[in-house]
Amino acid sequence: MQEVELQDILTAREDGDYIINIGPQHPSTHGVLRFVVSLKGETLEYVIPHCGYIHRGIEKMCERLTYPQIIHLTDRMDYLSAHMNNEAVSLAVEKGLGIEVPDRVKYIRTILSELQRLASHQLWWAAFGMDLGGLTCFFYGLRDREKILDIFEESFGSRLLHSYICPGGLMNDIHPNFQKRTKDFITYFRKKLPEYDELLTGNIIFEQRTKNIGILSKEEAVGYGLTGPSGRGSGFACDIRKRFPYSAYDKVNFKEILYNEGDTWARYKVRMDEMWESMRIIEQLIDNIPEGDFTAKMKPIIRLPEGEYHQRVETARGELGVYIISTGEKNPYRMHFRTPNFSNLFVMNRLAAGFKIADLIAISGSLDLVIPDIDR
Amino acid sequence: MNSVAQYFSDIFKAIRSLWKGLMVTGYYFVHPKQIVTQQYPENRKTLEMFDRFKGEVILVHDTDNTHKCNGCGICQLNCPNGSIEIITDSAVNEDGKSERIIDKHIYHLSMCTFCGLCVKSCPSNALAFSQEFEHAVFDRQKLTKVLNQPGSKIKKEPKVPKPAPAPAPTPVTEEVPNPAN
Amino acid sequence: MPFNIYDFSTTTKAVDEFLKANMSPTWAFITELTIVGLVFLIFYAIVGLYLVYAERKVCAFMQNRVGPNRVGKWGLFQTIADLIKLLMKELITIKKADKLLYNVAPFIVIIASFMAIAAIPFAKGLHAVDFNIGVFYMMAVSSIGVVGILIAGWSSNSKYSLIGAMRSGAQVVSYELSVGLALVSVVIFSGSMQLSTIVESQANGWWIFKGHLPAIVAFFMFLIASTAEINRGPFDLAEAESELTAGFHTEYSGIKFAFFFLSEFMNMFIVASLAATVFLGGWMPLHIGNLEAFNRIMDFIPPIFWYFGKTIFVIYLIMWFKWTFPRLRIDQLLNLEWKYLLPINLVNTLLIAFLVLMGWYFK
Repeated sequence: MQEVELQDILTAREDGDYIINIGPQHPSTHGVLRFVVSLKGETLEYVIPHCGYIHRGIEKMCERLTYPQIIHLTDRMDYLSAHMNNEAVSLAVEKGLGIEVPDRVKYIRTILSELQRLASHQLWWAAFGMDLGGLTCFFYGLRDREKILDIFEESFGSRLLHSYICPGGLMNDIHPNFQKRTKDFITYFRKKLPEYDELLTGNIIFEQRTKNIGILSKEEAVGYGLTGPSGRGSGFACDIRKRFPYSAYDKVNFKEILYNEGDTWARYKVRMDEMWESMRIIEQLIDNIPEGDFTAKMKPIIRLPEGEYHQRVETARGELGVYIISTGEKNPYRMHFRTPNFSNLFVMNRLAAGFKIADLIAISGSLDLVIPDIDR
Repeated sequence: MNSVAQYFSDIFKAIRSLWKGLMVTGYYFVHPKQIVTQQYPENRKTLEMFDRFKGEVILVHDTDNTHKCNGCGICQLNCPNGSIEIITDSAVNEDGKSERIIDKHIYHLSMCTFCGLCVKSCPSNALAFSQEFEHAVFDRQKLTKVLNQPGSKIKKEPKVPKPAPAPAPTPVTEEVPNPAN
Repeated sequence: MPFNIYDFSTTTKAVDEFLKANMSPTWAFITELTIVGLVFLIFYAIVGLYLVYAERKVCAFMQNRVGPNRVGKWGLFQTIADLIKLLMKELITIKKADKLLYNVAPFIVIIASFMAIAAIPFAKGLHAVDFNIGVFYMMAVSSIGVVGILIAGWSSNSKYSLIGAMRSGAQVVSYELSVGLALVSVVIFSGSMQLSTIVESQANGWWIFKGHLPAIVAFFMFLIASTAEINRGPFDLAEAESELTAGFHTEYSGIKFAFFFLSEFMNMFIVASLAATVFLGGWMPLHIGNLEAFNRIMDFIPPIFWYFGKTIFVIYLIMWFKWTFPRLRIDQLLNLEWKYLLPINLVNTLLIAFLVLMGWYFK
């Protein structure tokens, strides 16, 4: 299988090619993503991803909003990692202001990020199972995710788009029940996660569907900028939590999951193992949340000093970079998000060309694409 | 011979892995008590939302039809997408001075993203979230609400020191009738 | 009119005599055909609709849900409401579709499954036709359905449909072999292709018990291969909603879609009842050796209940598979057939022939 550049493909397209549009309305693209696929029989010749169907101009909208207001837009990029997105902007602004948030805030932020990661991976597992035809997985994944959403809802009132972490701290303090509920959930989920393995991971059909499908070497993963679990499946040690610790990640003990196979199976296993690690992180922190304020002392109107600020965090899908150029006003001059899904998407042609249609679905499922995050 | 053994051991491993999966679904099939579905319209009476649930923004009214909003407009400034409009009026108070009062606190539910900035930034703690979540209407106009009830007045309070910089949204304790409907 | 729930042949004979006494033989024959046709039409509709309902309930319970529960008690009339909805929907015809074939395809599929019901022995004396080559007839008729699927995929003028149809063609043609060989094993045991004879040969024990391990292997081979032949999960590549949206019936709507949907469920019923008839003794009650008292109690349960009980059991197995396993890929599907099922089946058939030759099975 030789590598074909997208531009070559576009010029070399012939009338006789059997071209299929997978998307923008298709059950397994998880949103309005479009793959233009050329087929030879069942085999894919090339895959061209087309994005932009849900572009909302979030970066441009940020330029006329104040920093606390920007938070609620970042929820809507990668809605499955809402906390991490909020945290990224908050950390960037705090970095610019040069303030240190209280330890309590750091701990709570870390716990929330990990809970969010668990919820996101559960939904990914559910949808991945459904992509491969195992519809029951979908309901088991959502059933367990519901418990996390209940924890979220009790503490800050919303289930998906929280806008909870804000520059300087948190919107309000956690609910008194938060710790108890989280611990209950961890004990519950430790029992349910092996069930996921029995139903899907160990299954012979599933193994055959994923092993040696869509292989990417470490060098190529670095070259394509593939981050997050997808990159770590190729052996690219890119966990921001480990490499550039933020919040309370330097205080906890956890493993960076790495697999060297680089196939769909490895990407799947990284996420499954990450769920165990996330639970370990939460268990280490949940009983030790220090007392204190839930927010640092902030001025009512935040003005970043003139300059450029960059902050990256590890979302459930990879590295999210926030880049702010400030001219000293209360709103940014330019705001840029380096979203993980955008980089992850364009490895599709490299991964899927030469495999079958069914593998295209498996590969795009294993990359865990969230379309609003690609288009912003 | 080795490959033949491999062939059969593959088959048995496959059957074992499939059997494991069958046991999971089979277990739930014979345990209907594990069903997690909430039967929504039936459980409406008993359904209770968490007290921090962000249903819609309301202006908290007391039993004597007073509220705390003095029409400063900070919520309007803080709202990222213009879902709050404040129309103020002036009135003469007991001291004979002209004072700013609120005429209409207009809230566009259709534009609200429930970010909570208005509730958080309100200096006089007048706004809160209600637990109402059934927002479906047939006419879009109905989603534009006037939050202050007709005839309501600002609550006269003894002079209090400055409120805390970031007060937590207070849980709503009483049912507030919706003035717009 | 004599009615005996243990033997329906008295009833059918009485009806036959009554008609012959009142009209000319030709008209009697035509009336009988009409009655049988109507009865089967109603049976087909009811069983099809309630299989859809059953599937939805079974999958709901497996997935921690309650399933349909709005229309009628426990949602019993849900599928009927769905049928009414489908009847009222617009029949969309695709531009540049091959109009004739596009319209004919759903009928071919549904007729194929309708024809197969005719040969099923439901209870003693309760079957429409008792061919002396019943097993062969079932095989032949059930493979007509794939022609309809191929036509549907080709004539829709849609790329998704075409891929679905091609997959289905490759799949059915290869799995037909395994189904055939699995059935042949019982034909060897009972020495007949007539379904009623096969059932009666199981009066003292079902073939799955009498035939040792080879019969059990043949039963599971039949189950796997026939699941693939009727395009059900985990072998539902022809529709594969996460890959091809709906495969060969992507472009169909309204009642034509309902025909495909219904025939799929009826095919499942036919396959299940064939498995019940051939391997699990059809309407024969469960008999264990010389336990006279036990056998007497089992005899007390009418044959029709035995038949439906076994069929429902097999249907449940097929549903259980569908709602647990992920879907196979097309090349893995063919691998499974040609590398595993077919060789094992061939060896199994040989083994059974040897067993029968030596008489090493429970007679």
